[in-house]
Amino acid sequence: MIGSYIEFTLDNWQDLLQLLIEHIELVVQTLIIALPLGISLGIFIAYYQPASLSVLWGAGVAMTIPSLALFGLLVPFLGIGNPPVIVALVLYAQLPIIRNTYIGLTGVEKDMIEAGEGVGMTRWQRLRQIQIPVALPVITAGVRNATVILIGVATVGAYVGAGGLGDYIFTGIYQANTEMIVVATVVVSLLALVFDYGLKIIEQFLQLQNGEDVALTRGTKAITKVIT
Amino acid sequence: MIKFDNVTKIYADSTVAIRDISFEVAEGTTTVLVGPSGCGKTTTMKLVNRLEDPTEGAVYYDGTNTQEIGVTELRRDIGYVIQEIGLFNHMTVGENVATVPKLKGWDDGQIDDRVDKLLELMALSPEEYRDQYPRELSGGQRQRVGVARALAADPDVLLMDEPFGALDPITRADLQDEFLEIQAEINTTILFVTHSIDEALKMGDKIVIFDVGELVQYDTPRNILENPNSEFVRDFVGEDITLKKLSLINVDEIMRPTNVIEDTTDQDSKTAVTNGGEVMHHLAPGDSLKSALSTFVESDIQSLPVVEDEETIGVIDRDEIYEIYNGG
Ligand SMILES: Nc1ncnc2c1ncn2[C@@H]1O[C@H](COP(=O)(O)OP(=O)(O)O)[C@@H](O)[C@H]1O
Ligand SMILES: [Mg+2]
Repeated sequence: MIGSYIEFTLDNWQDLLQLLIEHIELVVQTLIIALPLGISLGIFIAYYQPASLSVLWGAGVAMTIPSLALFGLLVPFLGIGNPPVIVALVLYAQLPIIRNTYIGLTGVEKDMIEAGEGVGMTRWQRLRQIQIPVALPVITAGVRNATVILIGVATVGAYVGAGGLGDYIFTGIYQANTEMIVVATVVVSLLALVFDYGLKIIEQFLQLQNGEDVALTRGTKAITKVIT
Repeated sequence: MIKFDNVTKIYADSTVAIRDISFEVAEGTTTVLVGPSGCGKTTTMKLVNRLEDPTEGAVYYDGTNTQEIGVTELRRDIGYVIQEIGLFNHMTVGENVATVPKLKGWDDGQIDDRVDKLLELMALSPEEYRDQYPRELSGGQRQRVGVARALAADPDVLLMDEPFGALDPITRADLQDEFLEIQAEINTTILFVTHSIDEALKMGDKIVIFDVGELVQYDTPRNILENPNSEFVRDFVGEDITLKKLSLINVDEIMRPTNVIEDTTDQDSKTAVTNGGEVMHHLAPGDSLKSALSTFVESDIQSLPVVEDEETIGVIDRDEIYEIYNGG
């Protein structure tokens, strides 16, 4: 049985690779829009607290809309293919990014902010030199969270013609081809794990940069060793 | 250098933090604000660099009303050690100290030199501490970094809000002594806040005593001890006024100088207990008369030599201290 999966993989590796690349492209394109948007919103609600509840609530609600329904709703406006999928994925990514940006920024010790004010930093300089660097590992954790969600949800995008590994899954279901479904699913999961681990390493790097005490993963240790 | 002119500060929630306060901090001197917790000391301090603005009255900085000086510029010219230290935990010690010079746009080489110089001044070896993070330091070391950061851009005025308040008594005394030496060297105008009258007496050229929101007495340490103007001040100064007075005077202020070492060994060999040429009991010129008195009590002798760099530079008699103790 395992043999048939391996066989399928070897026979179709070029297609798989193609779909994998499409999948990654979809996620990266989404992040390019979702990151600045989510981080800006997070900064906004950190400074304008009254908006924080409604913005976080809105981002939370967006996550509860079934993905298939959301894609379907957007197709009449944006056509089929990547655009509706990217718009929907951007919405899905907002909650973890906004929330972590907000928590990261508002969690900065008050003493540090006051000291920054005392030495004559402007509001912008305090944001740039104190709040954002301190919040960056927390924001990265949010991005990691969002990326893993995106990699999963992006598979559904194939239903409205966005391509990616979801293509194999839908085709597999249609043709009752178990190998196709299983192999594509495993690749999606592996992709999520790789991104998760990679971003975890970046997160820990930022923590080290901030002088935080962290239990390093093996990956971070190895990379730190190579660098230093 | 700093002048408070009938300043009242009422916060938005209508708390009256200080009422009708007037005092001056002369250039190059240290003025200490002292009073119980919540009496408005931090507020007074924040009025200097405009972290707060007065509700009534005016604060003058170098003759100019602070309201007419740009906030950012004013704050960068004034060093500020906040009550909670507030080191930037995500930056190294070196980066912390470099903060204001960087904001002022100094060039990198100049900043690096300055950082090293200040760390040395604060008795933190640059090689060892420059790249450490604040979390790795002890309380006393963090406090030193806080002071170094405040001094980095060579400010005209230094504000220090209970800088040694959170330290254990020994570290506190050490830092106070070191800071007095540093102050003698850099000669900055300092406004210093504390809730400890002993610290105020030790550090201040002038002392401002606060009761809740009100200035009660503004005077030299000696006058505060000798002529407290109210029951409040008398209570605040507490017991042992004479001992406190002795702690304000240093040995070198009343010693009889001796120029040649032989003089002391001839005249005072009976009084300075020696042991194979090594002087057992002696005083340093910077010791206070209070600690001199304790040495007299311990050694039970009439006169003690004052020794600096292993050379006897003077002599003090016990009776001289008794005279001050009794008569003023
Ligand atoms: N931002 C503020 N808003 C309202 N009340 C304040 C504020 N800051 C301080 N206070 C109040 O003003 C009084 C003086 O406070 P503070 O200057 O911090 O005293 P101290 O430093 O002597 O302990 C206190 O009653 C305090 O609660
Ligand atoms: Mg205070």
